[in-house]
Amino acid sequence: MTLAATAAGQGFLSPGGVEIAFLLVGLATLGAAVVTVTTRQLVHAALWLVVALGGIAIEYLLLTAEFIAWVQVLIYVGSVVVLLLFGLMLTKAPIGRSPDADSGNRWAALIVALASAGTLVWVVVDAFRATWINLDAVQGSTETTGRSLFQYWVLPFEALSVLLLAALVGAIVLSRRGGEGKAPAAALRNTTATAPAPREEQR
Amino acid sequence: MTLTTTAVLVPLLPFLGAVAGLFLGRRAPGFVRPLAVLPTLAAAALTVVVAVGQGGGTATDVATRLTPTGSIPIDLALHVDGFAALMAVLVGVVATCVQLYSTAYLREDPRYASYAALVSLFTSAMLLVVYTGDLMVLLVGWEVMGICSYFLVGHYWETETARAASLKAFLVTKLGDVPFLFGIFALAADAGTFRITGILGSVANRGLDHPTLIALLLLAGVAGKSAQFPLHTWLPDAMAGPTPVSALIHAATMVAAGIYVVARLLPVFAASAAALIVMAVMAAITMVGSGLAALAQDDIKRVLAYSTVGQLGYMLGALAVGDRGAAVFHLLTHGAFKALLFLGAGVIIHAAGTNSLAAMSRMTGLARRIPDAYWTVTVALLALAAIPPFAGFFSKEAVLGAAEHAATGGAHGIPGAAGWTVLVSGLLTALLTAAYATRLWLLVFKGSGVEAPDHGRQPLVMNAVLWVLFVPTLALGLTAPFLPDWFDGRSLAPALTTSVLGTGIAVAGGLVTYAAWRHTTALAARTPIGAVIADPDAPPGLAEETAIATHAPVYGSVAAAPDPADPGRLLLGPLQPHAAVGFHLDAVYTALFVRPVRAAATLVRFLDREVVDTYVRGAGAAPRWLGAAVRRAQTGNVQTYLGALLAGSLVLAVAAVLIATGTGA
Amino acid sequence: MHLAYPAVLAVLLFCTGLYGVLARRNAILVLMSVELMLNAVNLNLVAFDVWLRDTLHAGQALTLFTITVAAAEIGIGLAIVLLVYRNRGSSDIDRLRDLAERPDGADAEATNRQPDTEAEATA
Repeated sequence: MTLAATAAGQGFLSPGGVEIAFLLVGLATLGAAVVTVTTRQLVHAALWLVVALGGIAIEYLLLTAEFIAWVQVLIYVGSVVVLLLFGLMLTKAPIGRSPDADSGNRWAALIVALASAGTLVWVVVDAFRATWINLDAVQGSTETTGRSLFQYWVLPFEALSVLLLAALVGAIVLSRRGGEGKAPAAALRNTTATAPAPREEQR
Repeated sequence: MTLTTTAVLVPLLPFLGAVAGLFLGRRAPGFVRPLAVLPTLAAAALTVVVAVGQGGGTATDVATRLTPTGSIPIDLALHVDGFAALMAVLVGVVATCVQLYSTAYLREDPRYASYAALVSLFTSAMLLVVYTGDLMVLLVGWEVMGICSYFLVGHYWETETARAASLKAFLVTKLGDVPFLFGIFALAADAGTFRITGILGSVANRGLDHPTLIALLLLAGVAGKSAQFPLHTWLPDAMAGPTPVSALIHAATMVAAGIYVVARLLPVFAASAAALIVMAVMAAITMVGSGLAALAQDDIKRVLAYSTVGQLGYMLGALAVGDRGAAVFHLLTHGAFKALLFLGAGVIIHAAGTNSLAAMSRMTGLARRIPDAYWTVTVALLALAAIPPFAGFFSKEAVLGAAEHAATGGAHGIPGAAGWTVLVSGLLTALLTAAYATRLWLLVFKGSGVEAPDHGRQPLVMNAVLWVLFVPTLALGLTAPFLPDWFDGRSLAPALTTSVLGTGIAVAGGLVTYAAWRHTTALAARTPIGAVIADPDAPPGLAEETAIATHAPVYGSVAAAPDPADPGRLLLGPLQPHAAVGFHLDAVYTALFVRPVRAAATLVRFLDREVVDTYVRGAGAAPRWLGAAVRRAQTGNVQTYLGALLAGSLVLAVAAVLIATGTGA
Repeated sequence: MHLAYPAVLAVLLFCTGLYGVLARRNAILVLMSVELMLNAVNLNLVAFDVWLRDTLHAGQALTLFTITVAAAEIGIGLAIVLLVYRNRGSSDIDRLRDLAERPDGADAEATNRQPDTEAEATA
């Protein structure tokens, strides 16, 4: 097979320890991701997302990018998922299995996703099947990352802080209760469990 | 002032008067009457000056070329000879009379200003036609007359009759004008010039290439303008206009323009024997047919209109036998007595309050109410019937004499058949003319029944004009011995044979009509006939408008009335209903032209609405269906959009990869 | 290590996220799927950075930036979802169909009525 005949002499059929670890973690990550997008329990989806994101953090570590890995754990697992869980709760997401978690065009989505996956895998494998990553030197230690970040990427870094500030302000403005949002908000308070109730009142 | 300057001033003065009248009509109503009468009066005086200055001598020719216009030059040319000088005098005098008459006749008309200006413009155009020496300039005057006639016939445009009549007059004359235009072009192309003298010179020297074609094309225009068969139908309908307009345009001048043009260009027509025969036959049909139709008309003005058509037929007959002197002589006398007749008819209509002969024949004492009109109209009718010693006798005898001259082979280059045709039809028409003149006179003035309504005295100026025109009606015939100097030099004195024959026939016609009238007048009392009589205090114009507008509703037709006491009904016998409607020529036109045009219009409308629009609607429907189909995709579901977007970009990416790697294409 | 391993993993994660974006009904789940896709990209960036041994470490720097941007995005996104939920009583993406065109062109009226009928359909 052509897959086995690589230029550097490292075949796919004789993986090293790192590669085996990467494969296994990758499979776990992928599985968690698939469960995330398929599970009918919304809160479980968020929790499975934690697994997937954590798996990616381990993959970063395996790729010797340790700083990125910790940032991943901190921000994604630590804050983003928490944020999502809050979102789920604030929108009164049902606890337990909800039969209508998937929309009607699930099969179309599946087809598109599978086709994309097939195409991209084909392209990627075709392009990189003989490429070898040398993991001997650590590429992403905190020191090197920090050095490059504050030597070469200072300006984008500062710009990013402004972006974060803007996002902060935007989020506050958007989620503030008041102004014209009062009537729906009042309607929302009277809502019991189902959505149509406030509509009834508005009429 | 030289003759040329005077002659140029003649058409110019009424034109300026018309322009000033149009501009000042609204702002300064006080100026309208002087502006209408004075320029025309001055022009009439100048025409007399020109005529005296010309004096029957050699023709005056002046030309100026404004600018080169292409292959054949167009000149502002003046050509004043005996014909032109006398014609201009007639036009000037009649126009002045009509303007004077109108000041009284239309004195309370709100549109008098524009009416007077149009009459002035018309006079100017006619004088231009008379004096010009260039065919293109003549055409300008010719067309201006046509449009003025359209506006003036439609003066009472509130009435349906007048609207239809003006449109008909315009369209029918235009139908003749188109061949006329082609004829002028063909003539100029053959002769190399638009100058009439140049054309006549080239005809005399080397002849024309297509004399028959040119003559027939020109003849079509003449038939339209001079109301000859088969384009005469507009003239009786044009009587829906005010009476002065009928007098000016449809008796004395505009319809005479056609005859005048033929007279000016007679050598062109004489170059083709076929054209002369056609002319003679046309004149014969016109004469006899109009005489019969005139006997059946009920509207007094329509009788006179058909009479005009017949007299114009006489003139065309004279031209067909090559005697333009006789034609123009008859034109002059006819212009005088027919203008008098029409203006008198205006007075009669005002006095009687109706234009229906049937209604007038049931009134007593109309003659006593309007003695001026009674006497002048009587003499004019005698002149029309060609009873000596009135003007019509001499001119008609001149025509018949010329016809007899040609029939017996005395005229060089004139087919004998044309002479015989004109002679026989002329004599027949003399009988008919006398008959309808007698009928008119008897029905109007010798009616019996209720007393005619009292309108008081007619306006002084109207009666005065009648007497002015009475003079030439009475005496113009006596100038016959002097006129040959002004014309071609051929004698116009009556010949003994035709005089006796013609007068005898005319007297016979009159007597037969009188006998018939005596027979039928007893019926008149027994069959009362309804009539709409206008308010005695109404101004003349309004009385006439009312009479015209109510004739058709009351009697069922604008032309005839179901009157058993009418001597014309007895004389015509079974022909009467056909003669009343002009021998169904309008119906023939309807069948030949109107219906096909309407059918074509319906077809076009069908094609437009059903066929063309189907494509248009189809062109609209296809995108609409497409839009409806595409709209289905607009579900509002973002996920569907995104899915489709990704699928599409996926396909593009695959295609791009395949092409980039060279495996696909 | 073969570059193909992280690359293929990234592809598969990305497509999983893609499926989630297209198939999930709840807006927050869609946001989760977007996070998955972003992480797939990050994995790619890191892998290529390690492979190319970039002296500027552009890949890792960009990854950091992406994570930051993703955090901002999730904040704003959640705020929007909350607002939509507050206004409409539902955060189901395929029920927010104001973009759809009404056949009779009565858009103004339809915008007022449409969510109600849709909401009733779900009830």
